[in-house]
Parts: sequence; C-alpha cells; structure tokens
Amino acid sequence: MTEPGIMLSTVQDITTALKDKPGALLPILHGVQDALGYIPVDSIPHIAKALNLSRAEVHGVISFYHYFRDTPPGKHTIHLCRAESCQSRGSKQLENHVKNKLAIDFHETTPDGKFSLEPVYCLGNCACSPAMQIGNEIYGRVSPDLFDNAINELRELA
Amino acid sequence: MSTTIYVPCDSSAISLGADRVAAAIAYEAEKRGIAIQLIRNGSRGLFWLEPLVEVVTGKGRVGYGPVQVSDVPGLFDAAFLQGEPHHRSLGLIEELDYLKKQQRLTFARIGKTDPVNLDEYVINDGYRGLTNALSMAPQDIVKHVTDSGLRGRGGAAFPTGIKWNTVLNTPDEQKYIVCNADEGDSGTFSDRMVMEGDPFVLIEGMTIAGLAVGATQGYIYLRVEYPHAHAALNTAIEKAYQADYLGNNIQSSGKKFDLEVRLGAGAYICGEETSLMESLEGKRGLVRFKPPLPAISGLFGKPTVINNVISLASVPIILDKGGDYYRNFGMGRSRGTLPVQLAGNIKYPGLVELAFGLTLRELLYDFGGGSATGRPIRAVQVGGPLGAYLPESQFDTLVDYEAFAGIWAVLGHGGIVVFDDTVDMAEMARYSMEFCAIESCGKCTPCRIGSTRGYEVIDDIINGRDVNKNIPLLRDLCDTLLNGSLCALGGMTPYPVLSALNHFPEDFGISDKANAA
Repeated sequence: MTEPGIMLSTVQDITTALKDKPGALLPILHGVQDALGYIPVDSIPHIAKALNLSRAEVHGVISFYHYFRDTPPGKHTIHLCRAESCQSRGSKQLENHVKNKLAIDFHETTPDGKFSLEPVYCLGNCACSPAMQIGNEIYGRVSPDLFDNAINELRELA
Repeated sequence: MSTTIYVPCDSSAISLGADRVAAAIAYEAEKRGIAIQLIRNGSRGLFWLEPLVEVVTGKGRVGYGPVQVSDVPGLFDAAFLQGEPHHRSLGLIEELDYLKKQQRLTFARIGKTDPVNLDEYVINDGYRGLTNALSMAPQDIVKHVTDSGLRGRGGAAFPTGIKWNTVLNTPDEQKYIVCNADEGDSGTFSDRMVMEGDPFVLIEGMTIAGLAVGATQGYIYLRVEYPHAHAALNTAIEKAYQADYLGNNIQSSGKKFDLEVRLGAGAYICGEETSLMESLEGKRGLVRFKPPLPAISGLFGKPTVINNVISLASVPIILDKGGDYYRNFGMGRSRGTLPVQLAGNIKYPGLVELAFGLTLRELLYDFGGGSATGRPIRAVQVGGPLGAYLPESQFDTLVDYEAFAGIWAVLGHGGIVVFDDTVDMAEMARYSMEFCAIESCGKCTPCRIGSTRGYEVIDDIINGRDVNKNIPLLRDLCDTLLNGSLCALGGMTPYPVLSALNHFPEDFGISDKANAA
C-alpha cells in the first residue's frame, strides 16, 4: 500500500497535468494506475472534483473497464489469454496449470504478494499461441514448463 | 565496412526471444571484434520462423530462423555475416514462397525497414500519398478513396469513400479523425503489425483523411494490451512533428493536423465505434444508438471519420498510385487486398496479404500447411469471436465479403483461427456466449441477459439435460440476440453459436443434422 500523503500528491499532480485534455478521465486513470499500480478508492473524490464529475461517475468508469483495478496488485501481474486462438493450442490446460502452480484463481493475488493473475482476451500474439503477458513482457507458445521457468526467474529476482 | 543485421522488434518476435537474440548478436560481434550495424525491423509475418535474423549481403538479404540465443556463436562460426550456409539458413528472404506469392500493398514496407526511421520511410515511398493529397482539393482526395473501392477493414466493410464524403459535406468548425486501434478479435494481429512495423503509414493515412474532410485533430484509440505499438506510435508521432509532417503547417502548406494516442482499458466493446467514442470522451464504453451516424455527430458531437488501422494505412498507397491502381486488385465488390492473419492451430501461422478472391482452402493448406499438430483441420473461425465456425465442406469459399455473407459467415478483420479434430464445438459455442456476457456493455437486454442465459442453456445441453427442449430454446434465444441487440456484440454472437450447432450437431449430443433444426 502507498502512504496516503504520497498517494494524494501523486494523484493531484497527475490530475492537474491532464485535466484540461478533452476526455481527460481515462488518461488520468491510466496515469494513476501507472504510478501507483491501482486506483485507490480515496483518490476518486479528488479526480471527480477536478473534472467536475460525481464520485459515482468516476467509480462507474473505473468499474466498467477490466484493466482498471481499485486494489493493489501483486509485484507481477500475469495476463493469461483465454481467447479462441489460444484455446486451439491448449490454453485451457495451461490455465489449469497456472492456477494450480500459483494456487490462486483469476482476479486473485498470491498470499506472498508476488503474483496477480488476470484473464485477457487476446494479446494479438495469435500466431504464437498460447500467449501471456507478465508486466510489459509478452510470451508466446507458452508451455507449462516455460511458465514455470518464467515464474521461477521472477521469484529469484524478487 | 560493417555488415547490417536485422532482428525484428515486433512483439510476437520478442515473445519468442528476439530481444535476447539481438543482445546475443551484439555481444558476440563485440567479443570477436567485428563491426556490425544491428537494426530492429518490423516482422515479415512468417511467425514460425521468428526470431528471424536477416543479413544484408551482395546478393540480397539472407534469412536465418528461427534463431535462439544458443545458435548465435555457431552462426558467427559459419560466417553468416557473409550469408554462408548454416542449419538455420533460409536463403534469400524475398525468394521464400510464402512471401513471394503475396501481393503486399498495405504491408509493402513491413519487415524491411526500421519502423521509426522517418528517413527510411520517405526513401521507401513514404509520404508520396500525402504530397499528392496536399496539392489536391478535398473532393478529389475523397474521390480517389471512393474510386479505390476500399471498404472498412475493421469488419463491417462499409465503403470508406462514402463515409469520408458524408463528413466532408457536414460543415462544422471542428471535425475529427479517429483510428480504431482496439484490435480485440482473437486471431487478428494485422493492426498491431502495422503500428509496430510501419507506424508512419498510419500517421500518413490519418493526415490524408484530415485533409480530405477538413479535420484538424486525430486520435488513435489503442488497446492497452499493445505496449510495443504504443511506444512505436509515440516515437513516430514525435518524429513526424519534428519534421513538419504533423502540426500547424504540414510541409509548409498552411494545413494543420494534430495527432494523439489514447489508451483503452481492456474492454472488447470499445472496438465498437460508438462505444469507442464514449470511451474517448472519458466515459463508460456504452454503445450509442444510431442514427445519428458518427460521420454527422461523432466524437464530442462533431462530424467524425472513424476507421480501422488497416483502412487508414491503405490510404497512402491509394493517394500515391491512384484509386484505380488499388481497385484493379480483388474481385466483385471486394476491391484491393486483404491482410489475412493465419492463427491458432496452424503449421505456418502468419500474415498473408493478397487480393480478394483466393479460397479459404488455399490459405489453410498452401500457405498455412495444415494444422500445427498434424491432425485434420476440423473447424476454422473466420472474423474473430463474432465470426462463424466453418467446417471442411465450406473451405472452398472465396475470400470475398459477399461470398462469406452467402454462407452466413463474415470475413471481419481477416483473422482465421484453426482448430484440429480434438476441438469440442459445444464448448466453443458456450465460450462465445460467456465472452459476450463478460464483454457486454449492458445497455441492451438481449446482449446483457441473453448471453448469460445462453451459456446456461448450452451448459444444460452439454450435460444432456432436456436436449430436445433446450436446442429450440437456444435457437430462439439466438434469434432474439440477432434481431434485438443494439450492436454487433449481441447481434453477432449467434454466428459462432449457431454455426457450431448447425455444422457440428454431434458435439451437442445430437446424432443427425435434421434433429438439430
């Protein structure tokens, strides 16, 4: 969790910088999530006030989009593709392996705070299915072994 | 003189290790004291060969692939810098059948050049279309696009020229060009390849669109799942501004066009144009009623051209070589070329740009080489998650918008996902309904509620409960979705569901097709 004071000053800096853009809300929400890893519920009143919106409107936008989250993610967020192309190359079996290996379901974070698991519907890597993304790193032709190696590497780094 | 080596920076190539291979090549060259020039190019779209390393030789560019880090010292030992043989050798890259048989218009530069090098873009025929457009009246620019026969490559296949003409003839102080880069369909990656592999062509296409209709502001609405495309676009836009290809005085013409990338946030529905504009305005991506058309009242209520990446990226060559040049490719009312994407369970997955008129079978076998697993291909889904599943008996259908409509299918954005005979089509139908439920914006009832009822009914069918009662119920529900939904998400989810049921009834526990009706 971020210290409340730091959180608020970050949110205010981002909001001030972007609030005059046309359609500023999504750029602001991206800015906050990039900086903090999530959009803290406490930041909503500040964003709403700057854009002359109600808190409900801001909350409504955050909750509409799968990518935005209002809880802190794990150190690494794993986006695992569930779409058709990946299914044709065994993503369902991979999904079971990943969930067993991490002992969590989609939208959950491992108890040690290292990994969050999110489904994604296409990474545009359909020529190299099945695909996943960890942070900004994209992986193709992911086998259970490749997944285990990637996770173990990240565990060692941490 | 140093040798030039290309290693792709395309995200699919990177997903298979291209960054590590590039680093290994640089390291090995330095260790051996050999001067090389390492360029990161876009991908040729031959993904079974990625990471595909190319070396510039006197005879042409020689390819090696797929190259792994462990291959690199051996490549140096085998004198690959002189194009010498190695077990990863592919010969001259442009001589490979997969590339040679294609007709690359929109993808002409992709894989050949450094995507964000503006000088290289200009040398390789870039900005010729814009130069022509700058000397033309807006009506004449639109006429070239109309004459080309270009239809929207995002999926709806609406004639681009007609859309532009409406915006041109709708007077307003502010108009917008919006690029729909929310490429969410599974099995598609051509937009991504353009944005990562030749971002200037999209920028040029949007600038021409701005000149054509009198719009001074453009937005690229890019999905957040494409971080590499985001970086490439931002770099290219910055360079275009520095060289006066964007800004207040484009190439000293006095014409103005500004361009900005905006990120989506993981909602499939925002690929629907009205939902996309709501999202750009900073709202929930709820679909709007039409009319009014976006061309009359679009982004912020202003006249707006909204086109897919491939449509806009096809505009520069049309303005360079003329509408007739583009129109001379293709068949019937499907003019020009379609960048087809071969994906899923296929031996040679990749990007195949060809004039309309080829058969699906030629794509699957002549280019694709059959399934990757070596098992028979049982079904293919064309046109993304809202496209129909086609059985083997329909593989002779021509790649043509009308031919696909004739078999109750769609070409969509040109993605083809291949499944072998281990696929369970009832499970795929269930997934289509589940996906619709997850991604529905919630505005209209058939889509919001129907999708959930849909996978519940399919669950019952899969579990053998009241199959004779539930099949007609599923058909009835699909009829409601087809006719009662506000947009294509609810309106087309029945395509994969019913095509799976009609062509593969045995997977739903129905022994013959007559009973499936």
